[in-house]
Amino acid sequence: MRSNLGFFSDEKFRSIFFQTLVVGLFALGLFFVISTTSYNLEKRNIATGWSFLQNPAGFDISFSPFLEFKSTDTHLKVYFVGVLNTLLVSITGCIAATILGFILGIVRLSSNWLLSRLVYIYVEFSRNVPLLLQIILWYSILIQLPRVKQSLQVLDVFYISNRGLYSPRPIFESGFSYVLIAIVLALISSFLINRWAKKRQDKTGQQFPVFSSSIGLIFIVPLILFFILGSPLSFEHPELKGFNFKGGLVIRPEFIAMFLALSIYTAAFISEIVRAGIMSVSKGQREASAAIGLKQTWIMRLIIIPQALRVIVPPLTSQYLNLTKNSSLGIAVGYADLVHGFGGISLNQTGQAIECMAIVMATYLSISLTISFFMNIYNRSIQFKEK
Amino acid sequence: MVGNFKLNKSIIGINLLICYREAIFEKRYLNNYLNGENNMKKLLSIFAVLAFAFSAHAGTLDDVKNRGFLKCGVTTGLAGFAAPDDSGEWAGLDADMCRAVAVAVFGDRSKVEFITTTGKSRFPTLASGEVDMLARNTTWTISRDVNLGFEFVGVNFYDGQGFMVPSALGVSSATELDGATVCIQTGTTTELNLADFFRLNGISYEALPIETNDEGKENLFAGRCDVYTTDASGLSSTRAAASNPDKWVVLPEIISKEPLGPLVRHGDHQWGDVVRWSLNAMIIAEELGITSENVDAQMSSNVPEVLRLLGVEGNYGEMLELSNDWAYQIIKQIGNYSESYEANVGPDTPLEIARGLNALWTQGGILYAPPFR
Repeated sequence: MRSNLGFFSDEKFRSIFFQTLVVGLFALGLFFVISTTSYNLEKRNIATGWSFLQNPAGFDISFSPFLEFKSTDTHLKVYFVGVLNTLLVSITGCIAATILGFILGIVRLSSNWLLSRLVYIYVEFSRNVPLLLQIILWYSILIQLPRVKQSLQVLDVFYISNRGLYSPRPIFESGFSYVLIAIVLALISSFLINRWAKKRQDKTGQQFPVFSSSIGLIFIVPLILFFILGSPLSFEHPELKGFNFKGGLVIRPEFIAMFLALSIYTAAFISEIVRAGIMSVSKGQREASAAIGLKQTWIMRLIIIPQALRVIVPPLTSQYLNLTKNSSLGIAVGYADLVHGFGGISLNQTGQAIECMAIVMATYLSISLTISFFMNIYNRSIQFKEK
Repeated sequence: MVGNFKLNKSIIGINLLICYREAIFEKRYLNNYLNGENNMKKLLSIFAVLAFAFSAHAGTLDDVKNRGFLKCGVTTGLAGFAAPDDSGEWAGLDADMCRAVAVAVFGDRSKVEFITTTGKSRFPTLASGEVDMLARNTTWTISRDVNLGFEFVGVNFYDGQGFMVPSALGVSSATELDGATVCIQTGTTTELNLADFFRLNGISYEALPIETNDEGKENLFAGRCDVYTTDASGLSSTRAAASNPDKWVVLPEIISKEPLGPLVRHGDHQWGDVVRWSLNAMIIAEELGITSENVDAQMSSNVPEVLRLLGVEGNYGEMLELSNDWAYQIIKQIGNYSESYEANVGPDTPLEIARGLNALWTQGGILYAPPFR
């Protein structure tokens, strides 16, 4: 039997053979795609290379909150502006979606019929309507706000119009850095207090009011310092001059539309994940903790949530990845993210489609892998540790 | 917008397919197939031959003839240049350009499929072979002609970039626009001109990037931006589409040269010639006074150039691998340049654009076609 089929009857050989075959075919495919692409680019006289990154962009980007951008800056800088804008909307979106998702997931389980039904309707609506439509919906609502000359004034200092939300810009004067240092020190010491209190409680069972003491350290101490130093902070107020408001901080409707759509859409998924996580904790846990006399809030915080998190975190990671990748839809409303600026305008002005797309794809890949990396670390830290 | 996303993706797919087909077939594996050397190579070469059978690689003209209709890339809708009219038919100066080429190849103005492209998707669409030509009010620049690997075959509209503002703003010159929010179509030459203009004049602005003319209209009419900038013809078109055109003014400054013309892929000279001379035939017809009305009577003209153009004398059609009456058919079915201009963008249309630079060189403009001989 063995002699007839030779090596092929050997399971080990067979598996190595097929694995090599698959890898080989993949490499061959990749080779053809790359070689034929470069062959055809050459044949069509399309210039290739990376030198375009150093050329001046020639166009302006108006939404660049972190870097000053001028039309004489390079395409490389367009890239950095795009990455920062993508990160801005992704990070704020993830934070908002998580908070909203957790609240909604818990409310969905509430015994209040009306509340849980309302959340149900919200979840079904926002996760079943395409995200692109939601983005466009929010944007079309926002540009129906009053024109800039008829801006709504809120609390005397905020102005809302279809050009965005204008608010005063804080200006830090000398001495304010001491306040910042105080806040950082307070954060570190609350962290240390928390660790010490936990250890002590494990040992002796005595509790320490960690929460209120941390609040005191982080908010009240720097606030007192702030007044002692003579309030070294002033505000630059936006003023309507000519066509637009000048000065102040502005949040553009393009950003608001993206932020709202992304966080509301993703929160619907997160709330379902949270609900599933909480429901996965067996009823006996709740009953047992009630039996030993824990308060309702403690049951949730100390018994249910830690166990639910083990179920929640892995799918939560994939929602963060989705949100980040979905932020590339910003192009629909002209939000100046990576795809719009570098993968769109630069690509189109230089014609270097393959290079630009490769960079954009590599960037999204790196961002996603970074998120996965940190979420995996977090996931490991909350897993059940066998002693 | 959504449509364009999808279009782009399918273009990339098709592009890869084309790359694959051409390189495999042309370079490497046909011989192996014929010799039957080994299985792996045989498999690949069968693939190559299948791909070859799927679409033989030949010139664009042959491709178009085999397909039976022309694929022409146009805008997503710009009244006067290319936009569906009341009956759903594409109409406009650029649409006529597409039709003229279809008439030259097939003798039938309906043998054309219009494919809409945004400012951004137009070049990949053409480069990948998704369309045979672009007539999409595209500015002829050195980088597009050289670096992107295209060939502009002529100019069918001389334009320049202008600004449009609500008349209520009381602005009379573009230099008064300090601090304004400007709506701008991305991926266009106008985007670069705009940055140059404001930099040169030392005034600030905020750019609001938009994808299509319709989006620009929407944002401008909603007051999200103060100013809309694009080619002056596009502004006239947008203004004509407003509910109350008197509420909008086009500022006097023209800040750039925008020669708009049809383009094809670089390297296929035969096809480039067909498109170039379809355009030239319309211009020459105007020069010679031939219109769709009198073209039949002109067949018995005694002017030699008229007889050459209409195919009565000479074999210019054959040289282009077209029928000898190709130019006659263009004039008969589409009309000369002037007829197309007057019907689509001229003073009697809602766009109200005077001939200006687009008049013949003999009438104070710069429209000029090489001699037909």
